[in-house]
Amino acid sequence: MSTSDSWGRFPRVEQQTRALVWRSDALPRVDGPVLPHGLGRSYGDSCLNDGGTVLLTAGLDRLIDFDPTTGVVRCEAGVSLDTLLRLAVPRGWFLPVTPGTKFVTVGGAIANDVHGKNHHRAGTFGRHVRRFELVRSDGSRRMCSPVENADWFGATIGGLGLTGLVTWAEVQLTPIRNPFVVQETVPFDNLDGFMRVSAESEADHDFTMSWVDCLARGRKLGRGLFYRGNFAPTQFDRLPLAKSHLSHGSGLAVPMDLPGFCLNRLSVSAFNFLYYHRERTRPSPRLVHYDPFFYPLDSVYGWNRIYGRKGFLQFQCVVPHATARDALKELLERSARGGLPSFLSVLKTFGDLPSPGWMSFPRPGYTLALDFANRGEKTWRLVEELDRVTREAGGAVYPAKDARMSPESFAAYFPQRERFAAYIDPAFSSSFWRRVNPVPLPLPSLEGRQVSIP
Amino acid sequence: MKKVIVLGATSAIAQATVRLLAARGAALYLVGRNAANLEAVARDASTRGAPKVEFRALDLNDCEAHASLVERAWQALGGLDGAVLAHGVLGDQAESQRSWAATELVLRTNFLSAASLLTELANRFEAQKAGTLVVISSVAGDRGRQSNYVYGASKGALTVFLQGLRNRLAKSGVAVVTVKPGFVDTPMTAHVPKNKLFASPEQVARGLLKAADGRKNEVYVPGFWALIMLIIRSIPEPVFKRLKL
Ligand SMILES: Cc1cc2nc3c(=O)[nH]c(=O)nc-3n(C[C@H](O)[C@H](O)[C@H](O)COP(=O)(O)OP(=O)(O)OC[C@H]3O[C@@H](n4cnc5c(N)ncnc54)[C@H](O)[C@@H]3O)c2cc1C
Repeated sequence: MSTSDSWGRFPRVEQQTRALVWRSDALPRVDGPVLPHGLGRSYGDSCLNDGGTVLLTAGLDRLIDFDPTTGVVRCEAGVSLDTLLRLAVPRGWFLPVTPGTKFVTVGGAIANDVHGKNHHRAGTFGRHVRRFELVRSDGSRRMCSPVENADWFGATIGGLGLTGLVTWAEVQLTPIRNPFVVQETVPFDNLDGFMRVSAESEADHDFTMSWVDCLARGRKLGRGLFYRGNFAPTQFDRLPLAKSHLSHGSGLAVPMDLPGFCLNRLSVSAFNFLYYHRERTRPSPRLVHYDPFFYPLDSVYGWNRIYGRKGFLQFQCVVPHATARDALKELLERSARGGLPSFLSVLKTFGDLPSPGWMSFPRPGYTLALDFANRGEKTWRLVEELDRVTREAGGAVYPAKDARMSPESFAAYFPQRERFAAYIDPAFSSSFWRRVNPVPLPLPSLEGRQVSIP
Repeated sequence: MKKVIVLGATSAIAQATVRLLAARGAALYLVGRNAANLEAVARDASTRGAPKVEFRALDLNDCEAHASLVERAWQALGGLDGAVLAHGVLGDQAESQRSWAATELVLRTNFLSAASLLTELANRFEAQKAGTLVVISSVAGDRGRQSNYVYGASKGALTVFLQGLRNRLAKSGVAVVTVKPGFVDTPMTAHVPKNKLFASPEQVARGLLKAADGRKNEVYVPGFWALIMLIIRSIPEPVFKRLKL
């Protein structure tokens, strides 16, 4: 057993690790539950398996096939999005959907059915997965696609790594004519302003996302900067080139845990103030390389260490349009009042394109992501309150960013969980799953079902 | 190296080397034991840009098969100008001390099969007066130690064989590059607790190709092993034999 943690550095658990090397190998036999583990970019405990074993998929990092005419790529599940970008961008293709870091694996992107800045256009990652192979602890191997073993396909996308091991997957990429993005920055004064710019921008922009100054209060509550962009065409006007494109792979690193006092109300408000006013005055539109546009945090390696040893809690929720205005107001007010400001607050609109994944987190509405340094009790109470607001608004919290939602919240957010539970591999489990299901769900029997075993 | 045969292509260091070679556009002939795993490595290489990748599953301990193997690779790629020998086993020292069969297997895999393959390849390269032979030996071959002298002897013999071969081929313009990695984090060392001395297979692969490009003779990867081994080699034998190494 050794001690491990996730990207949020909380919680810390004792677990074994086993490295997977070949996709045709059988699953290793171990005592206790297993859980696949990609690059550990989930924040809470959904990629952890306290007392059990995690199967490291980093060795399953081979490409299988790429057709530069159709943009279909087939690769092992441990291949990172970074590797796919290096392969695809020079040939005129891009990821159909990407989260805010490229250091996640294809398997991890499927298991959390990740979303990006283009959810309103492209939906989740799972929509672009054409098929994958699922290996179960009974030795069975299933080819899953929207038409073949469609139920296993639906259970595994967003399935939190619990339905078995995805060994390889086939993904449809999207064509681009340029690795640069034309980015516009539009300041907004408050939440209504955000909603207005968002509604205006969705029709003409593939990528949208807002940074919110979560210390602004009163009439300025929810003020921030709206970023919108499209990949530049082959021929583009002479736009100012963003300096930040030079930071491409700059390799700045956080060398050690910063002591907790580096992040306090004062430093966060100073940062927010400077950021807001600096960004407002930069030219817009401008050309930005895809790397800083999509992955601004990746250039600071190990940035999660700025929160110090106690780690931090992320909170990401989605609230439906009907209740969004009041709910977002209350969420922002509470986090501004909490005395423990969030460093990075991100707001975005989710569209209504459905995911094939039953347990997928994104749904129509607005999503808000906040980070809180872990200061114990106080932080927990605050986040608990945010959770309650989300629940009452009929929203949901993202498991990939969670370390603390209650079983009741989980049940409210994921109405498909019982249908899903029947597809969990009996040998698989996670710290997250045990936490949100302290009493095991009744398992409807799968007997008599058609299963394909080669 | 534009047309390269890789022996032991499913080993972690070889896989990392294959990726770098593929990205440079080298044509590859891959040899390993397990056909399914070899195919996975081959597809990875061609997807990463190798213009041609062929593979063949073969137990390299079968030295009888080496001549035809090299001939096939030669035909498949229309000649060869590079070879990377990366197959090997770590063995189990305790087991080897108990059993000659276990000792022989280590010597056969790490030394005899390599010597046989090198004989085939060296003769062809010498005849065409061009080519680079890159062979993975080990720091363990620099001095025998109680903890792994069977493995060390197999690699030490290989190192000496390569020295002689280099001496012989110098006049034909064929480079013989001996690569001596230290600890590498691979499935072969999965059971060993890791420390700062461990290098990644990618690191070793980069060092290996740099040495091949520079037509170096003997290189330690990472470089700090040169210093460590200098110290280890210079301990006088009366002292050394009392050490627990
Ligand atoms: C800076 C940053 C920004 C982010 N931005 C976003 C964002 O914009 N949108 C978003 O959706 N998410 C975002 N995330 C979260 C991240 O995208 C997800 O947590 C992602 O799933 C992590 O992938 P991973 O490879 O690191 O997997 P891990 O975190 O290691 O594992 C995630 C889950 O995948 C499962 N899994 C991994 N491999 C396999 C496999 N081969 N077969 C079956 N199951 C498997 C694991 O069991 C686990 O349940 C962000 C994270 C960071 C650190």
